[in-house]
Amino acid sequence: MHFVVCLKQVPDTSEVRIDPHTNTLMREGVPSIINPYDAHGLEEAIRLKDKVGGKVTIVSMGPPQAKEALKKAMSFGADRAILLSDRAFGGSDSLATAYIISTALKKIHETEPVDLVFAGKEAIDGDTAQTGPGIAQRLGFPQLTYAIRIRELTDTSVTVERKTESGRQIVQAQLPALITVEKELNDIRYATLPHMMKAAAYEPEIWTVNALSFDLTQMGLKGSPTSVSRIFAPPGRSGGEIIDGLNDPAGTAASVVQKLFQQNVIMVNPLMKGGKR
Amino acid sequence: MTVAVDKTKCIGCGACVMECSLEAIDLVDGLATPDPNKCKDLGSCVKVCPTNALSLTIPQDSKGELSSEIGSKFNLKEPLPESVSDYAQGNEKKTIRSQVTPIAGGEVWSGVWVIIEYNNGRVAPVSWELLGEGRKLADSLGSELCGVITGYQVDNVIPEAFAYGAEKLYVIDHEVLKDYRTEPYAEAITSLVRKYQPEIILMGATSMGRDVFPAVATKMQTGLTADCTVLGIDPETKLLQQTRPAFGGNIMATILCRTRRPQMATVRPRVMEMPERAVGREGELIREEFTLTESDIRTKVLEFIPADAKSTFLDKAEIIVSVGLGIAAKRNLVLAEELAEVLGATLAGTRGAVEAGWLSHDQQVGQSGVTVRPKVYIAIGISGAIQHLVGMETSDFIIAINNDPEAPILKVANYGIVGDLFQIVPAMTAEFKKRLQHGVAN
Repeated sequence: MHFVVCLKQVPDTSEVRIDPHTNTLMREGVPSIINPYDAHGLEEAIRLKDKVGGKVTIVSMGPPQAKEALKKAMSFGADRAILLSDRAFGGSDSLATAYIISTALKKIHETEPVDLVFAGKEAIDGDTAQTGPGIAQRLGFPQLTYAIRIRELTDTSVTVERKTESGRQIVQAQLPALITVEKELNDIRYATLPHMMKAAAYEPEIWTVNALSFDLTQMGLKGSPTSVSRIFAPPGRSGGEIIDGLNDPAGTAASVVQKLFQQNVIMVNPLMKGGKR
Repeated sequence: MTVAVDKTKCIGCGACVMECSLEAIDLVDGLATPDPNKCKDLGSCVKVCPTNALSLTIPQDSKGELSSEIGSKFNLKEPLPESVSDYAQGNEKKTIRSQVTPIAGGEVWSGVWVIIEYNNGRVAPVSWELLGEGRKLADSLGSELCGVITGYQVDNVIPEAFAYGAEKLYVIDHEVLKDYRTEPYAEAITSLVRKYQPEIILMGATSMGRDVFPAVATKMQTGLTADCTVLGIDPETKLLQQTRPAFGGNIMATILCRTRRPQMATVRPRVMEMPERAVGREGELIREEFTLTESDIRTKVLEFIPADAKSTFLDKAEIIVSVGLGIAAKRNLVLAEELAEVLGATLAGTRGAVEAGWLSHDQQVGQSGVTVRPKVYIAIGISGAIQHLVGMETSDFIIAINNDPEAPILKVANYGIVGDLFQIVPAMTAEFKKRLQHGVAN
């Protein structure tokens, strides 16, 4: 089977902080990492390859430095890595990005038919969760988002558990399909030494705008319907109330609970467990 | 001379890179970086920068005076560079509403739509919140507010949607829409959008909204903004201002979709106010046929396993009771369990509590665990290390109980109770139990 993993190099947002004096983003020295959700997609693709055989191809889009993320990804046992990198791709929003990546996947699909595409449920720098479904739609593949478990993979179908607010949905889709994954899907294993050595010598392929017959009007800023008009610091969390509960614990507890009801933070709901009347 | 970049302001959006006709600026490590050998100080990049991170250092001329504005420099020395004049013209077109040319054909594109999420016999409350918010947007635009219901056997939802403020309802009721699946739902919504051409469509940023809207946006070839927390209408351009957190909540960005229609956004649940429910309010009902059949659809729902409070995914939980090392021993976990039981809450903890073996890893909140955003977060014996705070500080309401008045958690808490958790937590549990069982709020 041919597995394709969509992977993005992102700044580690947990390291990004706002400068309290200037209220601006402090990005210097923020390390670049493989988008964590994508890493779980890669892990799953490699596990499946180990099980049923086949090939794992990684596709990424980004600046030339994103090669480093691809080399790292190769060390987990992938077979091929392609970086879509061109100035013409810069400034693309999720619609345009999905166009670019899906065009590349179509090209790959022509020579080596794709069975299953993996992507993270979202990238931690944008949190849009739109590029994966956009790619599926353009390829005409069924999309299975928020996967937490792959139950079954056959030659013609895949069955996954999807995470939703109200429970787990078990869905089966015909192949080829695209799956976006949650962290719960698997635990990422360590890279093995042979794979690391192979990855160290590996040079990812770079595909520029000339590599494929791209429609230039569908990419970059001009091909992106959305644009950022303003950036500002989020409103800070207003200071709360400090309540002294040392002297009268029971009384304090009772008055806090009363306030929570008065402010509708907790609501009396007859359906709530224990709410029998 | 070279354009100067304020690295603290640059967000690496690439607008300048796209704009520069000389290819003199590029993104290096996600930051705009000009090439001094190519830059001719055209200033086009300065104009397009959304964050004002770029500037031209104004040179001193031979007389030792500051040359005035950058704009006048173009006029004096040479005609306006093509890229700048193109951009200016393009912008003019973009911002004048009458000249907006939506790409999908048709002339109408008016009305604010809310897609009502109905699943497993239940309407997601965010749908009603959006009818409230949609009312405000429709009023600013002078247009109508419509609801869309797609599903199977949805008749009981119709009066509710009118009660929460929809003037008009578009309904597709079909058996293939019984369980949520992307293909038929995206097709149903898109068919309505194509036919009736709304200007704005909104849906909750739930797992369903965030699954189906990207598919609809791709079919319509229009823009979509995910997980908005603030919406508004620009008074001049009448464009929908879609504001959302980005970079892990470190910044807020306002996004516009200038030239394509509809303008689409998913909106975070529990951010917009729930509108009043006026029972008996009526409106116009439009039912549409749906031609898709089961054989057209390549996905099948085999099973649905509903979650209760205990098995709810942490990031979907409405109320979380969370413990830290302050509870001292595993046997004291029962205090939190009892509170969670009474509130119908989900149990969670810090990394410390997980590493102590009191909880499993999937119950861990924080940087190396799950990021949560419940309605209520009750932190018991948690000091509030930064790695924990980043995973829960955007909760709607935080209650912390800690015996250390200096604990960082108290700084993010709405109610920070300084005291002995072993006395306060059981007292709270008893009080909650009393009020919830008797239905007494005050």
